[in-house]
Amino acid sequence: MSSFWKTLLRHPGAVIGLVIMAAVLFIAICGPLLFPTSPWRMVQRPFLAPMVVPGFPFGTDALGRDVAAGLIHGARVSLLVGLVSTLAALAIGVPLGAIAGYAGGKVDDALMRFTEFFQTVPSFALAIVLVAIMQPSIVSIVAAIAIVSWPPVARLVRGEVLSLRSREYVQAAIVTGHSNGWIIWREILPNTLSPIIVLASLMIATAILLESSLSFLGLGDPNLMSWGYMVGAGRTVIRQAWWITVFPGIAILLTVLALNLIGEGLNDALNPRLAKEGR
Amino acid sequence: MLSFVAQRLIKAVIVLLAIVVLNFFLIRAAPGDPATVMAGEAGATDELFVAQLREKFGLDRPMHEQLFFYVKGIVTFDLGFSFRQQMPVSKLILDRLPATLLLTGTAFMISLGMGVLLGGMAARRAGRWTDTLITTFSMVFYATPLFWVSLMGILLFSVTLDWLPSFGYETVGAGYTGLRHVSDVAAHLVLPASALGLFFMATYTRMTRASMLEVSRLDFVKTARAKGLGDRVIQRRHILRNALLPVVTLAGLQAGTLVGGAVLTETVFAWPGIGRLMYDALIQRDYNLLLGVFVVSSAMVLAFNLITDLIYRLVDPRIEMNT
Repeated sequence: MSSFWKTLLRHPGAVIGLVIMAAVLFIAICGPLLFPTSPWRMVQRPFLAPMVVPGFPFGTDALGRDVAAGLIHGARVSLLVGLVSTLAALAIGVPLGAIAGYAGGKVDDALMRFTEFFQTVPSFALAIVLVAIMQPSIVSIVAAIAIVSWPPVARLVRGEVLSLRSREYVQAAIVTGHSNGWIIWREILPNTLSPIIVLASLMIATAILLESSLSFLGLGDPNLMSWGYMVGAGRTVIRQAWWITVFPGIAILLTVLALNLIGEGLNDALNPRLAKEGR
Repeated sequence: MLSFVAQRLIKAVIVLLAIVVLNFFLIRAAPGDPATVMAGEAGATDELFVAQLREKFGLDRPMHEQLFFYVKGIVTFDLGFSFRQQMPVSKLILDRLPATLLLTGTAFMISLGMGVLLGGMAARRAGRWTDTLITTFSMVFYATPLFWVSLMGILLFSVTLDWLPSFGYETVGAGYTGLRHVSDVAAHLVLPASALGLFFMATYTRMTRASMLEVSRLDFVKTARAKGLGDRVIQRRHILRNALLPVVTLAGLQAGTLVGGAVLTETVFAWPGIGRLMYDALIQRDYNLLLGVFVVSSAMVLAFNLITDLIYRLVDPRIEMNT
């Protein structure tokens, strides 16, 4: 484990990513406690520029709501949606991929056609349609993102399982009479963990981008302040008040960038052989 | 080759049918009676039309018969009627399609051209500051939300610098013709196409760089070097050519994703394409139009993928013909 951290911390990008991520996490967890006022409340005059009135470093929006409060509360929504939808996508993709890879033959064929179908359908358009039909809420957003993002997981796990299946230790487990489920769960899946972790960290980033895009289009949860919603709401007044759209966008950019950097660092740390070849 | 084309076509048709079936169930999942959903929305429709729709799509019949009627309608490109826009959905989409093709096509060329150029530069100067700069930039653009970078483009190039128009397809009411018209549309195209292409440019930059570095370690490059060929020739003729194959494939497969991105770009720039149409349908909860755009954009993605497959097959004869 210590060599893992050493490799990770030697990666300058990963360190930057970890620092940004730690800050975002801190804001997401502690922010709403320090900033208990609802981000929807009107607290000052509308279109207050940043740094003009003390206590409003990011100004206010078209309705006099505090942009800083929105940023803080939005962090929670972004991270929550990113994390939960990625977990949900893993919950769909890992079993499907494992079964396809382990069973092979017709089962594999059928499952892979199914996966390919979901990879072909334009994912963002499908996500829009799904949220619109299920009605915008945090649950429908998470579900839609999970539904459009599991195929890469299934393909990755299938490939890994396919190559691990023929290993001697798996053959040994089969000979000793363990059930297929036990072999997949105890012998095979733990060995696919590293690439799954790398993929998952990148998927959280994509999920956050997707969530912000959906909220931007007005498909966010109407009860939750999110960064995408803020940009969408500020878009029509961008000529008068640049700060309403600029700051939430930077928040999304930094968070997604941090996750991508961490993902690359993890890739180097967890797959040292691959990392050396990739350079 | 012919059997390969036929195989791919059949596969695409099957996927398209599956999408249509998915759509069928999505319409039924939409809030409200399917007939009213198809007609527009409750209240905006007159009873007679809903009754006609019920009759036409056989909504009082069993599910599998309904599905048959629905598929039959789509095969003849009958996607229903948008009451909100007072027009058949298929006509609305066809009217908007050229604008989207222009936008996504331009964005595609910008992203692929710039991506390969920058990725190639980075690979050739791997480890030096040019490489660091390009890699950092592509990392940042890769993380930038498309809708936000579009807005920042407007803020910088339209509001602050006043160089480019910020919305629309052409100057309304100017009535330009000929070359003036072309340059007018081109000026309107610059911002949306660059914004849409930026994310993909970052992807192709990273991919070209990685692919070139990978190829440059192969034996035939060593041979070329041993033959005494110049660095430039090796880079261009030997490395880049071979490294481009995976990039072009990915680009072709991602061309479909551009259509999804077009929803955001067209919304921000009020570009009159099917992405903007999808946004309008969304805002007005015009589910039938929404799903119509979804089916058509899926079909576009399938077509893109098919073309990529064929080009790939033509460019690289090593690819097996079967599946």
